[in-house]
Amino acid sequence: MNGNGAHNVVRLVDVVKVFRMGQQEVQALRGVNLAIRSGEYISIMGPSGSGKSTLFNMIGALDKPTSGRVFIDEVDVSQLDAYELAWLRCRKIGYIFQTFNLIQVMTAIENVTLPMIFAGMSRDEYMEKGMELLKLVGLAERYQHKPPELSGGQQQRVAVARALANDPAIILADEPTGNLDLTTGEEIITLLKHLSKERGVTIISATHDIKMLNVSDRVVWIRDGRVDRIEDREKLKISVGEVA
Amino acid sequence: MRPTVERQVVLPWAQVLRISFNALRARLFRSLITTATLVLAVAFVAYTFAVYALLNALWPHAPSELQEKIVSSGYELFAGTFGSTPKDRWLIALSLLVCAVGIVNAQLMAVTERFREIGTLKCLGALDSFVIKLFVLEAVYQGLLGGAAGSALGVLVASVTLLVKFGTAVVRHFPALELAWIAAWSTGLAMLLSLTGVLYPAWVAARMEPALALRTEQ
Ligand SMILES: Nc1ncnc2c1ncn2[C@@H]1O[C@H](COP(=O)(O)OP(=O)(O)OP(=O)(O)O)[C@@H](O)[C@H]1O
Ligand SMILES: [Mg+2]
Repeated sequence: MNGNGAHNVVRLVDVVKVFRMGQQEVQALRGVNLAIRSGEYISIMGPSGSGKSTLFNMIGALDKPTSGRVFIDEVDVSQLDAYELAWLRCRKIGYIFQTFNLIQVMTAIENVTLPMIFAGMSRDEYMEKGMELLKLVGLAERYQHKPPELSGGQQQRVAVARALANDPAIILADEPTGNLDLTTGEEIITLLKHLSKERGVTIISATHDIKMLNVSDRVVWIRDGRVDRIEDREKLKISVGEVA
Repeated sequence: MRPTVERQVVLPWAQVLRISFNALRARLFRSLITTATLVLAVAFVAYTFAVYALLNALWPHAPSELQEKIVSSGYELFAGTFGSTPKDRWLIALSLLVCAVGIVNAQLMAVTERFREIGTLKCLGALDSFVIKLFVLEAVYQGLLGGAAGSALGVLVASVTLLVKFGTAVVRHFPALELAWIAAWSTGLAMLLSLTGVLYPAWVAARMEPALALRTEQ
């Protein structure tokens, strides 16, 4: 997987997103161009309201851009029908949210296996893989617990396991540590970094969390719906050094 | 090698049934309230028609003093049979209307409450049709349960009432087949009400872009 790391898993061309609410118009994205290579760990940084979540939704094919194009693995998302979109969301991308978004009425193992059920796996296969994934995130013994019985950090770890269910090429995380305390947040970041290193998964994470910067290959700074600047890790050390 | 996008498989019904059944069980209390509305409306309808079925079965075999007793109790005979009066039909229409509004309201709330869950399901690869099936199946379970319970209750209350009023002759000429038929169509009616309530909100929810569904507060 790491071998062909040169190709772009995600490419955005002049992506504009306008929200209309009655008379008012909000320009959430004002022409974003971005290319993300396979296996990269990318952080998207920016002030509140700058358009990070909107960008997240565009990359994740969860919403349609007002204009511009989104390519995932060089496939134009706007050309896909409902079945292909569902396949893409199920197999290609794993989502992690600030609010965890586990299905409240399902147990940990049911949450983790759901994407595999949607993918058409057999029961034996998905149960085995589900337990494996829960083991990976250190929650194997809590598999029968429902989200309300788990702590925030544990819920987010279930969500990480769920995101990995179908071995996605991309993991999209919108402020995955936003609702967690410092140490639990660090655990999640370490887990994500581990995945990107060991499995070559592309990680794209919107965040306010400075700790995220240390593990990122590149940081995309968003301001007012535009890409302000993109920094490599090398340069980053300097600018973070300045801050510290 | 060009990576391509394939088509998502449609989930087999067995899986949809299992998931929807578990979802309903997990929200048992909530759905029992919805079901209770159905039980009451259907019980009323089933009761009204069961009384007439019982009286029609009894009438030809009833001695004249019993016939007198029946008529003096306020049951009216039209051309030799008992049937619903305009007043009955008004009451039934009204109770069904109230029930329908209640059901639509309850289902609309149930679906709205679950927007975030629907958005999540779609992120995980659920097709629109899966979301619709999920809600329709839950409505069918509620309709079946509410309908069965309601019509059983209605028929039971009708039988017991007439038994108390007119004695064991009611049991001797018990129109079992006809009562079963009444129970069957009133269960169907419950299902119809339940489905009417859920279809529109489910359709709206299924068609929503996941991003929008995820934005809703819980
Ligand atoms: N569905 C929507 N309807 C209307 N306006 C929206 C919608 N989604 C986002 N916006 C607006 O678009 C802008 C960007 O929002 P977005 O959620 O992308 O910001 P963000 O960078 O993720 O902020 P935060 O760090 O607070 O999560 C904001 O002004 C927001 O109000
Ligand atoms: Mg956001």
